[in-house]
Amino acid sequence: MAEVLVLVETVADGDGVGLKKVTLEMLTAARALGEPSAVVAGLAGTAAAVKERLAEYGAAKIYVAESEDIDNHLVAPKAEVLAKLVGDTSAAAVLLPSTQEGKEVAGRLALKIGSGLLTDISEVDADGTVTQVVFAGAVIVKSKVAKGTPIYTVSPNSVPPEPAPAAGEEIAVDIAISDDAKRVTVVERTVEASGGRPELTEASIIVSGGRGVGSAENFALIEGLADSLGGAVGASRAATDSGFYPHQFQVGQTGKTVSPQLYMAVGISGAIQHRAGMQTSKTIVAINKDNEAPIFELADFGVVGDLFAIVPALTEEITKRRA
Amino acid sequence: MNIVVLVKQVPDSGSERTLDSTDNTVARASADNVINEMDEYAIEEALKVKEAHGGEVTILTMGPDSATDTIRKALSMGADKAIHVTDPALHGSCVIATSAVLAKALGTIEWDLVLSGAQSTDGGLTMMPALLAERLGVAHLSGARKLTVDGSKLTVERQTDGGYWTIEGQTPAIVSTWDTMNEPRYPSFKGIMAAKSKPVTTLSLADLGVDESEVGLGAATSTVLEFASRPPKSEGEQVNDEGDGAAKLADFLASKKFV
Repeated sequence: MAEVLVLVETVADGDGVGLKKVTLEMLTAARALGEPSAVVAGLAGTAAAVKERLAEYGAAKIYVAESEDIDNHLVAPKAEVLAKLVGDTSAAAVLLPSTQEGKEVAGRLALKIGSGLLTDISEVDADGTVTQVVFAGAVIVKSKVAKGTPIYTVSPNSVPPEPAPAAGEEIAVDIAISDDAKRVTVVERTVEASGGRPELTEASIIVSGGRGVGSAENFALIEGLADSLGGAVGASRAATDSGFYPHQFQVGQTGKTVSPQLYMAVGISGAIQHRAGMQTSKTIVAINKDNEAPIFELADFGVVGDLFAIVPALTEEITKRRA
Repeated sequence: MNIVVLVKQVPDSGSERTLDSTDNTVARASADNVINEMDEYAIEEALKVKEAHGGEVTILTMGPDSATDTIRKALSMGADKAIHVTDPALHGSCVIATSAVLAKALGTIEWDLVLSGAQSTDGGLTMMPALLAERLGVAHLSGARKLTVDGSKLTVERQTDGGYWTIEGQTPAIVSTWDTMNEPRYPSFKGIMAAKSKPVTTLSLADLGVDESEVGLGAATSTVLEFASRPPKSEGEQVNDEGDGAAKLADFLASKKFV
């Protein structure tokens, strides 16, 4: 069976390294196209930390490219690693995460190997037909790559990860990164406090606050509700523009696109700007004092009322039921 | 420091958008077309760099005749001149072919820095700056929320999911920007009047030495097979909070196994 290359995306896990959930989702999706092979490109020791999970989720082979040259330079080294592997393995397809880095690697790879690519896919069939949800969730498109070895970037939270134990045979990749790929140096990686909450695009549950929350201090209510559910905190553009919550937590057209199992919109009217980023969430709950707010058109369950009364009571109720 | 800003005209994300059923391309003729919002931050940053370090700001766009409106908007913010790549044969071009054309267009002028919004609000591929960097063999400092220019050395804070990375590179370079970067200025009346007389160079495929067979729908490296409107969500349940809203919501969450 043909190999399907999956670029592994890792995340800092305490002092070590863990896998981003989208990696397991890609390994699951890749099985429709062939035999998944994971590609680890990073610092020495990365593969050792994640190989068991990769094998558990179907990686028959794990290609390991580990060097400081890869870790110290942005994006371009990973495209070189993948281009070499596509040549060496005659891979049937390449899957990357639909993250900023994943898309940049995908673009460079497409030029190196002369292929077409499709981004933000939520499904791929055995014949290479993919599903994409476009225009803020309004339109569903079926597409196909028309040239070369197809490259796909996979939207986080669109394919439920399923274990499928495989050999996970480690194969070292012998590659010297070119000077061309070392034009941008990573000087420092700074982690900003997330309160120990899951990352937005990976989270199964997200609680977001909007203009109705009223102030930065009041966002503690949103954080409290998110924490009672083990979820991430998001914010509408109105809330981030007002300085209630940091920009990087913005969900919407100009922020993150998320697709969690549960999305709770609190004090968010549901302007198109916001809907664009959360419309494909599986279950949507809204709390808003205005019963005409457009967010209710999307909500599976809506409560019309004062968020300052409902949210604390809900947090208490959830904490009690979960105890 | 001479700067080029990549600008794209897109269908307004605030109005209804769809594909054209005759050829499955983005329906632009029927849409309310505006400047891609993310590009306004790139223009603002270019103007700031110019104010601090001198040089000229050139707008580069590829698109149909209607993109002239977008060019004028960019010029009215304060850019000095513009290049408009337009040719009927470009209709339906994929991102790969578009990057080839823009790379050629960038070869027609002298520049030190290219600024670009990180993402368009229509296709959302987040890829064009990386493709151009790969084609041109220059540094790509991507996803910037902050840019510092010190001679030929560029330092960027790259926005990441859990914080930011400090990255460095040398000009000539491409920097892609998020909306966390600055607050774009509104065009002044004077700026709007001045924009009308600023030079706009129109370039066709022939001008760029690109063969028609390399671009357009026929040469696209991916194909849209079909599209459909997403079915509307079935009507949800809505309750008024009579003091029991939280309990009812908790019941709903429990019924879905979230609690």
